[in-house]
Amino acid sequence: MSVSIEIENISKSFGKKQVLNGVQLAISEGKLYGLIGPSGAGKTTLVKMIVGMDKSNSGFIKVLNKQMPNLEVLKDIGYMAQSDALYSSLTGKENLTFFASLYKLNKAEMQKRISYTASLVNLTNELNKKVSAYSGGMKRRLSLAIALIHNPKILILDEPTVGIDPELKIGIWNELLRLKKEGKTIIVTTHVMDEAERCDFIAMVRDGQILTSGTPDELKQLYHAKTFDEVFLNAGRLEA
Amino acid sequence: MRTTALVKRICLEMFRDKRTLALLFVAPLLILSLMYLLFNGDTVKPKVGVVNVEQGLIEKFEDAGFYISKYQELNDAKDTVVKEELDGLLQQDKANHFTLTLLNDDPSIAKQLQMKVNQILTTYTQTVFTNQVQQINLQKVNIETAYVYGSHDTVFFDVLSPILIGFFVFFFVFLISGIGLLKERTTGTLERLMSTPIRRGEIVSAYLIGFGMFAVIQTVIVVFYAINVLDIVLVGSLWNVILINLLLALVALSLGILLSTFAATEFQMVQFIPIAIIPQIFFSGILPLEGMAGWLQWVAKVMPLYYAADALKGVMYMGLGLGDITFDLAALVLFAFIFIILNIFALKRYRKL
Repeated sequence: MSVSIEIENISKSFGKKQVLNGVQLAISEGKLYGLIGPSGAGKTTLVKMIVGMDKSNSGFIKVLNKQMPNLEVLKDIGYMAQSDALYSSLTGKENLTFFASLYKLNKAEMQKRISYTASLVNLTNELNKKVSAYSGGMKRRLSLAIALIHNPKILILDEPTVGIDPELKIGIWNELLRLKKEGKTIIVTTHVMDEAERCDFIAMVRDGQILTSGTPDELKQLYHAKTFDEVFLNAGRLEA
Repeated sequence: MRTTALVKRICLEMFRDKRTLALLFVAPLLILSLMYLLFNGDTVKPKVGVVNVEQGLIEKFEDAGFYISKYQELNDAKDTVVKEELDGLLQQDKANHFTLTLLNDDPSIAKQLQMKVNQILTTYTQTVFTNQVQQINLQKVNIETAYVYGSHDTVFFDVLSPILIGFFVFFFVFLISGIGLLKERTTGTLERLMSTPIRRGEIVSAYLIGFGMFAVIQTVIVVFYAINVLDIVLVGSLWNVILINLLLALVALSLGILLSTFAATEFQMVQFIPIAIIPQIFFSGILPLEGMAGWLQWVAKVMPLYYAADALKGVMYMGLGLGDITFDLAALVLFAFIFIILNIFALKRYRKL
């Protein structure tokens, strides 16, 4: 199994505040990888570095064997930020079309991908509505559809399930599992421990460091815990 | 092609936002018309009270367009001026000695009134004098005035309007382009753009082209309206006026986008107006620059509006040709170039590549 993302000894500080400290991770192709940790742990910073939007103070990140930042590699990454980041005066379809054209999809391909991703997130009937008329959940789903529009090999989702209802949450997770089956590498950040169970691998992040990583079962065994809240607490205590 | 997609999106968003469109296209016309009406209003006839002034002189005053009211002996001249709502009160104390009490609530009106009264008094006493001493033939002095620029019809608005046109183009383009990119920052879409393979230069050029198109339309509307509807003096070529304004719009665009980098909210963007826009008005030639301190004149030279106003005034009022304004145009191009380069660097905040 090939490694699709390689994170090598990454450190980053904003001014005096150390946000990431010697982070080391290897993410294999076709796996669903969870970055779990409390708010402010440095998950978003790490994810942004993978996409190449931020530069580390030391260490390097390789995505698909190319060192980031790299514009070519961005074609293979679908990124969904914490905020929905949509153009609210445009319709759902116009949003999708715009991002599709940034990836230089041709007309036929664009049509195909738009209808495919829209049906994936259940927005086919709402595509011609303006985004400003969308509900919070619909915006989240459209945001996900945009991240998928160019059929990326790697999908990076920053807190995709924050602030949405349980039904949609399950919907999104089912979708992620399905995409994984297609062979996509998926990175999800979350601070909700019960979402950890669904990941293939988990890295627990706190104060800019990886506390521990492994498969969900491995971690539970290692820390003699029944739930992931316990895993997180025990791992934290051990560290201290 | 990515640039085209971005330009298309900017246009689409613009067309959906009717209010911003109105601000861009209608607001400048509204303000320009208002200024035109304000500056072209008729001069008000001054109200002057007279005490002990001979009838001949009063007639002269009335000829000059004064409202004259006569009063008997007064105790307190100032009090009378205030009570009777006069602009001035002229008292003849003895032969050839007058006292003029001015209201002076508006110094420019008072100065004008004083000048006119002086003038009339001088000519009147002269005529009286010549009538008395007929044998001495006093030659009447005649002054003919010739104008290098404009004519005796020239009003302040004629000189002001070229500057105003430039200012409106600058201000509205600055505001709308700045807020346009700012919206992209605050909603997070800029970040999302940066996660696609788009280049920073492509984003900057898309913004320049997208908003530039609206700036072009605005410029053309404002210029045509000012010249054809408001009948503002245009001695030089219309195309030169449009060229200057387009360059100015480009400067405003790139400056607006650049400053939006340093603003976190729309309100912070508006805070740049007193810092980046208002000083430019002072140095654009509305106030005479010659009287300013040397270092202040240098300040003017780093302001884009100074060059644009100079060129616009040159073309519209003085009728200069393209050759005479080359320096101003070059300065504007230089400003735009610097701002655009800075913009590409400023976007590094979002992606290092």
